[in-house]
Amino acid sequence: MCNRRDFLVFNPRTTRKFPFFLVVFLAPAVICYTLFMIYPLIESLRMSFFSTTPENKTVFAGIANYVKLLTDSDLAPRFWGALRNNFVFFIIHMLVQNPIGLLLASLLVSKGKGRSIYRTLLYMPNVLSVVIIGFIWQLILNPLWGVSESILRFVGLGKFFQPWLGLPEYALPTIALISVWQFIGIPMLLFYTALIGIPKEFIEASLVDGCTERQVFWRIKFPLMLPTVGIVSILTFVGNFNAFDLIYTMKGASAGPAYSTDIMGTLFYRTFFGQQLQLGNPNMGATVASMMFLIILFGVLLYTFAFQRRVKNYQL
Amino acid sequence: MKKAGKENRSDPGTGKCRLYFTRDYFRKKSRGLGKHLLLIFFSVLALFPIALIFMNSFKQKKFIFAHPFALPNAKTFSLVGYHTVIERSNLFVNFENSIIVTTVSLFFILLFGSMAAYALSGYRFKGNSFFTFYLAIGIMIPIRLGTASLLKLMSSLGLVNTLTGLILIYIAQGLPLTIFILSNFMAQIPGELKDAGRIDGASEYRIYWLVLPLVRPALGAIGIFTMVPIWNDLWFPLIIAPSAKTATITLGVQQFLGQFVSDWNAVLSALVMAVVPILLLYLFFSRQMIKSVTSGALKA
Repeated sequence: MCNRRDFLVFNPRTTRKFPFFLVVFLAPAVICYTLFMIYPLIESLRMSFFSTTPENKTVFAGIANYVKLLTDSDLAPRFWGALRNNFVFFIIHMLVQNPIGLLLASLLVSKGKGRSIYRTLLYMPNVLSVVIIGFIWQLILNPLWGVSESILRFVGLGKFFQPWLGLPEYALPTIALISVWQFIGIPMLLFYTALIGIPKEFIEASLVDGCTERQVFWRIKFPLMLPTVGIVSILTFVGNFNAFDLIYTMKGASAGPAYSTDIMGTLFYRTFFGQQLQLGNPNMGATVASMMFLIILFGVLLYTFAFQRRVKNYQL
Repeated sequence: MKKAGKENRSDPGTGKCRLYFTRDYFRKKSRGLGKHLLLIFFSVLALFPIALIFMNSFKQKKFIFAHPFALPNAKTFSLVGYHTVIERSNLFVNFENSIIVTTVSLFFILLFGSMAAYALSGYRFKGNSFFTFYLAIGIMIPIRLGTASLLKLMSSLGLVNTLTGLILIYIAQGLPLTIFILSNFMAQIPGELKDAGRIDGASEYRIYWLVLPLVRPALGAIGIFTMVPIWNDLWFPLIIAPSAKTATITLGVQQFLGQFVSDWNAVLSALVMAVVPILLLYLFFSRQMIKSVTSGALKA
């Protein structure tokens, strides 16, 4: 007799084998994902432990590639420079993009009128390609055109204008700020979502108790938003250590002037494909990619264990 | 009057009607104005670079430099940049490639993703949590890091410089997040609904097909959010499919701009042509797109 429960609910205790329809449902995704994502990632890690001899033979090299990347007199300065620049890039995003995103989100929450228009406009740069953004800003900052200079002069800061993109000490912060300009919409929307999720009663109660608006923000809203702060931070981290397009568009693979805008993504591209005088080296490229992998993994683990576990997720 | 404002703070029950026209009222009003001004400032900042490019793409070269902030008028109007772009560039082929790559990838991401999500959320079976975890790894780890061996793999499969190669990569890249989000959505569908279908004799495949329309809002949101990075990607077109025949719009524009750097009319027009389609699409869908984020559809 067919038991009614077995008929209705798929029960692992009564159905031992892996039913065929589940294979049909899972196979396309699992195969595609394994073949074109997991396998390349693992294979890339494996490649970093091999090297190619001049006779075009692949030999096991142990950690020689890593040692070379971290200590070689040609490679190591590039690696440490790119790592440092990448941290600067990340810190500028954390200090500028995310606080302004939060500010915009709280402004949006308090303003009923025109909210959707502001939201649409502020999020807009996000959907444009980084290539286009890079070129547009290159034109705007170009001293030949002089648009930014005349704007600065208009607000009385004309004498501060410099060809920022061409100066080693300013190029990286300038590009980071352009990236901030583009991606500001993401933290804005995430913070906005978190803010509208906070029950009105909390805020009303604290206002009744005599809190000022600032106190309400820092003592009530901000602690409740901490999970979002964490998500925004880790998204920024992964995004920044994976960045490439903007710098490649604005500065090319050599990330000039004098490697001052070189980050991990451009270093990876250069070691992998080579540039003018230097031949590409897939194994060294894989080594750089593996270092990026480790950095990103470190960030994600730090977030999961040091942050996510400690921050309480209040059920609102 | 001053007193009334203070009173209101300590006595919220009765103060409500007296709030009007106190100092607090005006302070609030002006603060509201300040907030609007700030929002307007940032909106202008977001819009200005694009507007500037747009305006100047319709001007003659000397006016681009002489009056960059002026709107084009009868005297300054010129389409010379657009002529150059249409004659000298490959942008129409690039558009076609981008449209093919984006739509085909999107279709398979949503199909494969929803199938896997349906299996993972609807059934308890051995290996369920393993597959859930396995498929979620890719959310945080960028596929780019595997580029070195992806290129090797693609060349051994003969897929270098083909759109198929790009599409396969984008499907793999899009699946993890899609499956993660859709599983959460499908788990909320009441089991009774599926059981009703089973009693009526529907196969599991048929039930999947019946469940699919119920998650349509999520499918739409995921669709839009997966589409934008695929359309805008530079890395994989540059590495896997850089040939003129297979270049996508992002790569095509990048190369065109590189060649015509000094032809300002052409550069500005190419930028506008690359911006306009995605911008129109965005303005058309922005409401749903933003709503889907803020309603928590994409909440991790």
